[in-house]
Amino acid sequence: MSTLEIKDLHVSIETEQGVKEILKGVTLTVKTGETHAIMGPNGSGKSTLASTIAGHPRYTVTSGSITLDGEDVLAMSVDERARAGLFLAMQYPVEVPGVTMTNFLRTAKAAIDGKAPAIRTWTKEVKDAMAQLRIDADFAQRNVNEGFSGGEKKRVEILQLELFKPKFAVLDETDSGLDVDALKVVSEGVNRAHAAGNMGTLLITHYTRILRYIKPEFVHVFVDGKIAEQGGPELADRLEEEGYDRYLAGAGSAVHVQA
Amino acid sequence: MTEISERAVADTAQEAVRETVYEKARIGAPSIAGFTEEGESLSPEPVVTGPLGGAASKSHSHGGGYGIPDSSRAGRLTSYSLADFPELKGTEEDWRFTPLRRLGGLHKDALDGAAPAVAVEAPASVRVETVGRDDARIGSAGIPEDRVSANAWAHFIDATVVTIPAGTELEDRILVTLAGEGLAAAAQHVVIIAEEGARAVVVLNHEGQAIVSENVEVVVGDRADLTVVTLQEWSDDSVHVSSQQVKVGREAKIKHVAVSLGGSLVRLTPTVRFAQPGGEAEVYGLYFADAGQHLEHRTFIDHAQPNCISNVLYKGALQGKDAHTVWVGDVLIQKQAEGTDSYEKNQNLVLTDGCRADSVPNLEIETGLIEGAGHASATGRFDDEHLFYLMARGIPEDVARRLVVRGFLNEIIQKIGVPSIEEHLTEAVERELEAGDN
Repeated sequence: MSTLEIKDLHVSIETEQGVKEILKGVTLTVKTGETHAIMGPNGSGKSTLASTIAGHPRYTVTSGSITLDGEDVLAMSVDERARAGLFLAMQYPVEVPGVTMTNFLRTAKAAIDGKAPAIRTWTKEVKDAMAQLRIDADFAQRNVNEGFSGGEKKRVEILQLELFKPKFAVLDETDSGLDVDALKVVSEGVNRAHAAGNMGTLLITHYTRILRYIKPEFVHVFVDGKIAEQGGPELADRLEEEGYDRYLAGAGSAVHVQA
Repeated sequence: MTEISERAVADTAQEAVRETVYEKARIGAPSIAGFTEEGESLSPEPVVTGPLGGAASKSHSHGGGYGIPDSSRAGRLTSYSLADFPELKGTEEDWRFTPLRRLGGLHKDALDGAAPAVAVEAPASVRVETVGRDDARIGSAGIPEDRVSANAWAHFIDATVVTIPAGTELEDRILVTLAGEGLAAAAQHVVIIAEEGARAVVVLNHEGQAIVSENVEVVVGDRADLTVVTLQEWSDDSVHVSSQQVKVGREAKIKHVAVSLGGSLVRLTPTVRFAQPGGEAEVYGLYFADAGQHLEHRTFIDHAQPNCISNVLYKGALQGKDAHTVWVGDVLIQKQAEGTDSYEKNQNLVLTDGCRADSVPNLEIETGLIEGAGHASATGRFDDEHLFYLMARGIPEDVARRLVVRGFLNEIIQKIGVPSIEEHLTEAVERELEAGDN
């Protein structure tokens, strides 16, 4: 079993107005086999957490730590993190012209495993995984994400999740922009990856609808760069009914009562 | 005139809108209060326009138009006589990017050095001749368009003429190797003739050490189908100025591919002239400039006849201090050239600081009765988001960089259609990339 541990994480970005702190002390522990949902309104820092775990250069960690089985993740380069077993399913996967999916998947798999995959079994594995995610076979010959629709890009992210078999998967708003059918297909993929191996999942979302298909054991509510509340799946149900208003209004009304 | 990059942006925007509308229709009222649907639509997908996207990406600047001296290709001076061309100052429209000091005297000296040695590998059916200046075929496709070309015309001693006889269809490529043997300024002349209905691939392989001005004339007979690949893999101190003029016959096809990798200064000016209706031209180029290299390509497509098709695509990569590339793409659609369909595009990928890529598409259209005329140009840095995406999948930075550059340039290599040349160029690009890792 592996553990991804985030302790008192503070993260800033540079803006035209100067340095802005986005994460203001986040503490979170995810073990393989667990699914954690991170929910919250826009701008609360959910996606910043995802990008920081993956090592996007835009985000600067000012204090706190991220460790994977005790190893300092923040000291690792982006590719080292991926090879250590972290995977980020991106919110906006970029198009990489001139690089075919086939070439990309094989290159990445070889990098992660430290050796080239056996060509025969690999080809079949890719083909089967694509079929399960209902991705057309001809996508293998197309350039990475080039001309794919929003939904197709998300499926291809989950395809990689299933093929690369990470220890921890961070899904950054994988559900946004998906219709119901695509949402089901994508969720099934995540559930398969979860069932197949020892994977911990950090599911970032602002809608509760994906939680109908992927069942988290833990729910964390992000507000203004911090975890405002956490609990079990029942917390998600409550959010479905009440929304985020009470977190946003909460601080104001408390001040009002004291006055 | 439509810019490809603009079109891509429009598509992306449209897609984002469509998705948002769809989501709204399906979800109805916001499922979570405090989280409006508007929030979703306010963060559209980032606009990606290929490896040339990113903040540093910018579109091209236009050249001059009518009324500005020597800005129209229709009015440019052409002559077989050197004396007709004034001495170069470097401020002329067609020389403003070229460092004359580095031309090795090609624009002013007598070009009496030994021309690169020519060796031709060809099937028996191909006629290969060395002829004198008075041969009737000299001047059949070209007339100098600038002083350096005219200087070569004034000084060449003999010419190599390669003829693919009428109706001959060749499977194997014809390899013309031009091997430079020193730095005495020289003049070279090559004539390639594909007679009526012939089909062939001719590779001009420029290698060794040379300072040479070269005129290449290419005659594509009626209904012939000819591919000319010109490789510039000179030594680091070589200077090569090459005017390559193609005359395209009725319903004939030319594919011209320029690949410039080696040399201190390379200036290639491929011109395609449609002499009869119904011709088709694919004009491709690939260049990879390292520190200090000046690689310049000026394409000119002269649509002088109706119903011809042209497509120009040049792609370049730059790395290292003072790597400089220039692409100027002239397309002239003359009044009588109704039914023309033309497109030209240049893309540059800047890999390091200290490089400069100039890119100028010029489109002159004298008739509205055409199928299409488009141009696009984009010069951008290696995109950090591409790098992040690939590295986030475990691919080390150097491998990721190569993957993208290789992919970028492969688009041209794949168009050559000669496996041995494609393989050779893939390896050559690999070597360029390795050199850049130092």
